[in-house]
Amino acid sequence: MKEPIKCVGLKKTFVKKDKVVALNNVSFTIEKNEVFGIVGPNGSGKSTLIRILSTLLIPDEGSASVFGHDVVREYSKVRPLINRVSVDAAFFKGISAWENLRYAARLYGLGGKEAKQRTLDILSQLGFSEKRFYEPLEDLSRGMQQKVAIARAFFTSPMLLLLDEPTTGLDPRSKMEVQNFIRKSMSSNGLTILLTTHDMNEAEVLCHRVAIIIKGRFVTVGKPNELLEKYKKPNLEQVFLEVTGKDWKEIEYES
Amino acid sequence: MNLKAHAYGSIAFIERNFALIKRYLGWELVFLTYNVVNALAIGLIGARMGKEMVLYLIVGAMVWGFLSILFHEISESIAWERWEGTIEYTFMAPINRVTHLLGNCLHAVTYGVIRSSLILIIVVFFFGISIKGANLTALFIILVVSGLSFVGLGLMAAVLPLLSTEKGAYATHIFEAVLLLISGVYYEIEVLPIWIRPLSYISPATYTLRAMRAALLDGAGLGELLPTILLLLGVGMVLIPLGMIVFGKAEFYAKKKGKLKRSG
Repeated sequence: MKEPIKCVGLKKTFVKKDKVVALNNVSFTIEKNEVFGIVGPNGSGKSTLIRILSTLLIPDEGSASVFGHDVVREYSKVRPLINRVSVDAAFFKGISAWENLRYAARLYGLGGKEAKQRTLDILSQLGFSEKRFYEPLEDLSRGMQQKVAIARAFFTSPMLLLLDEPTTGLDPRSKMEVQNFIRKSMSSNGLTILLTTHDMNEAEVLCHRVAIIIKGRFVTVGKPNELLEKYKKPNLEQVFLEVTGKDWKEIEYES
Repeated sequence: MNLKAHAYGSIAFIERNFALIKRYLGWELVFLTYNVVNALAIGLIGARMGKEMVLYLIVGAMVWGFLSILFHEISESIAWERWEGTIEYTFMAPINRVTHLLGNCLHAVTYGVIRSSLILIIVVFFFGISIKGANLTALFIILVVSGLSFVGLGLMAAVLPLLSTEKGAYATHIFEAVLLLISGVYYEIEVLPIWIRPLSYISPATYTLRAMRAALLDGAGLGELLPTILLLLGVGMVLIPLGMIVFGKAEFYAKKKGKLKRSG
């Protein structure tokens, strides 16, 4: 089977009041079972890249393929292989977690019983109480909603997971539970994961390789320890400062 | 994609939409009350002109209500997904767009028929009109068949909320308003200026209204109404694929311009 992700010269520009270059000649490849992290400030192009790989956005130039299937021309072959978690837990908030997940399950051809079992199994690993499963999502905290979003992405058993800042805005405990679950899934399911994050520590701990993205361009890519060695820095925040000239803490504060 | 996956996919939308109706049941009662009051007010315009005129107007109100429900449900299903941000998840799921849209349309037709039947029952009781001579089976069949052609128009209207979350759903009223003007909902199309009348002849609502009035007022049978039923089926066969094509083009445009996202 071909590479889980292969991007060649991806470019995307949005024209609003001004031209905004979201991706500028991005090329990279992800190997099977790899967790590839992308770190960068808000508006650096992370979500645009995830949307292109999710078949939701058409690039202006270049190509992107998932397991050898072009995301524009062969989107119907890409979709069964992927799933995604976005920074905001997008759900029908008026209905329960179960009703939302049953809907998602049917879209992926899963039966209700099977879906419920898988979901409850995932949610219990994330520390989500079963009795909250039947409450409207609008009554659940942001952290709990995000756990349901993670269950939605994992219960379809995708081969490639696109995690777009899955832990942003979570309380420390929820963040740890989600990170532990991702780590466990990596080893047991042999998943390939593309993870975008604001958390340098998360990238360092979870990812096999990390890319730093600024203004739609990858400025450096490598294994976390290799990057630390290459730039002779103690952590990725310092590496970020070295390659971009910008203080990561300041960028986080601004966002 | 096999048939089982198509069925699961379509059921997903029907199940989800009815779950949302159940969740906001109180509001459903408010909207039903609005439809009933509207039909009663229109029926009362003809109260002094006899039972036939009341029924004539009630059929108009019923079809108008049915059409509004279909348009509302189809465009709302897209608008709601845009608001909640779930449309990205629906669009990236491994289901055919035809399955997606037909699932929503099937829900809209089922829900529209249930609500229109309720309105008819309430209004008939209110006016104390006997509909013993009416052919209710034919009335029901016409309503369902007309739903197919209205669904095609609804799919075209659903493009508006796809492209604009804030105003798109509201803008679909323009489709309803044009049909109201040209189709003889509350008057015969002969009162329209001659230059507008050609539009009446291509509106499926014109034939729906005629057939439903014939079934309700004259008790016309299915045999008599067959040419209209076939015509409405034919219009549906043309408008549904056309609606799908228009929606597909709009989806491509939205994916090119990045209009599917709610945030991020």
